[in-house]
Amino acid sequence: MAAPLLRVEDLHKSFGSLEVLKGVSMTLERGHKTAVIGPSGCGKSTMLRCINFLETPSRGRIYLDGERFGEKEADGAVRPMTEKELARQRAHVGMVFQGFYLWPHLTARDNVAIAPMRVRGMDRAEAHALADTMLAKVHMSHKADEYPERLSGGQQQRVAIARALAQEPKLLLFDEPTSALDPELVGEVLKVIHELADEGRSMVLVTHEIRFARDVADWVLFMGDGDIVEEGPPDAVIGQPRHERTRAFLRQILQH
Amino acid sequence: MLEQIYDLGGPLLLGAVTTVQITLAALVVAIVLGLGLALLKLSRLRLVHWLIDIYVEVFRNTPVLAQLFLIYFGLAYVGFKVASFPAAVIGLGLNGGAILTEVFRAGFAAIHHGQREAALAVGMTPWESMRHIILPQTWRITLPPLGNYAIALLKDTAVVSAIAAPEIMFYARNLVTSTFETTLVYVLAALLYFALSFPLARLVEHFERRQRAWL
Repeated sequence: MAAPLLRVEDLHKSFGSLEVLKGVSMTLERGHKTAVIGPSGCGKSTMLRCINFLETPSRGRIYLDGERFGEKEADGAVRPMTEKELARQRAHVGMVFQGFYLWPHLTARDNVAIAPMRVRGMDRAEAHALADTMLAKVHMSHKADEYPERLSGGQQQRVAIARALAQEPKLLLFDEPTSALDPELVGEVLKVIHELADEGRSMVLVTHEIRFARDVADWVLFMGDGDIVEEGPPDAVIGQPRHERTRAFLRQILQH
Repeated sequence: MLEQIYDLGGPLLLGAVTTVQITLAALVVAIVLGLGLALLKLSRLRLVHWLIDIYVEVFRNTPVLAQLFLIYFGLAYVGFKVASFPAAVIGLGLNGGAILTEVFRAGFAAIHHGQREAALAVGMTPWESMRHIILPQTWRITLPPLGNYAIALLKDTAVVSAIAAPEIMFYARNLVTSTFETTLVYVLAALLYFALSFPLARLVEHFERRQRAWL
């Protein structure tokens, strides 16, 4: 049997004396979508950032497509990857941030095209064609020549999704993609993510949108205090949670 | 009167050429030094931070004139003769380097860390992220203080007449000694500085406006 697309083993992360992740493990098969929910500060974003090594895990292993991520195993010893090796691996993982982080000095099209050009060595015409395809996917073709400052939050986030898609990634990571948006702009971003999920893309989605998580994910992790408290299919975890902590969290969040 | 201006203008214009040369050369030294040290300060090496801080504080908190004297006379005293033109460029360049280290450091600090993270996330190396994402934005942020520094530098080059670099004020003082036309000479010298500085200020303004196009 082929290795799963993503395997996280015994992931620990501490910031100083603060232990944020206390041994998290998960797997994601190709084409599957896992939603990670849980209260603020439970470590869900940190877990996501450890998967592509934006944070270096304190302990534990990440495997992407069967290959050790961020570290190299040779002769029984493990060493951190060089920045170049790490960059090459990260290119296979698209990430969408809560704060969008579009590059303000580039137009929407160039935001999407720059990684294909600089990382994958495409020529300008090819990269722009790819960018236009991806912008069309997120329904942003009409704003291709605008600078990020001229776009609404929802539009910026959709361009950021197109930027991640242009990597033609094996895996997409969403880090609370709608948490920074005005309520009326959330829908357009969720719609795009839903469409990507329907295309069969593999994704890990950290979110506070419980109903959306239930709709789109095929597996849900509920995290609390740096651990996975409960996991299973959405109808089980969200519909009939077994743990009191999960119930308390859902009660609180679904009231609003 | 006109003839007199004509006679005085020749040497002053000659000085203006040197003024421009010293300004440009010192500006290049200051930018290379300032940008290089600000980049080094992004590293986590404590010793490097410490050495750069000492350099910046020493040069920011002592007069340029004292620095120039130390380079020109001080080094000659220990057997290391530096001509006045290179001494002027080194002195003003080192001084400007300290100022611009802070300008660029503040420029980097003004850029949200998410900008770099997004660049790393798409597969850029830290260097590629610096080159394609951080530096173009830093440039925009630092352009106004950089321009102001260049304008100040142009006028501050007057101080290097004290180590006999043959720029505007050096010629002006010589002309005053030989002609006793104190007011006329210094008015002409001031006009010359204005003629150089004013277009430079407009140029900086123009660049600033163009950079702001994407805001």
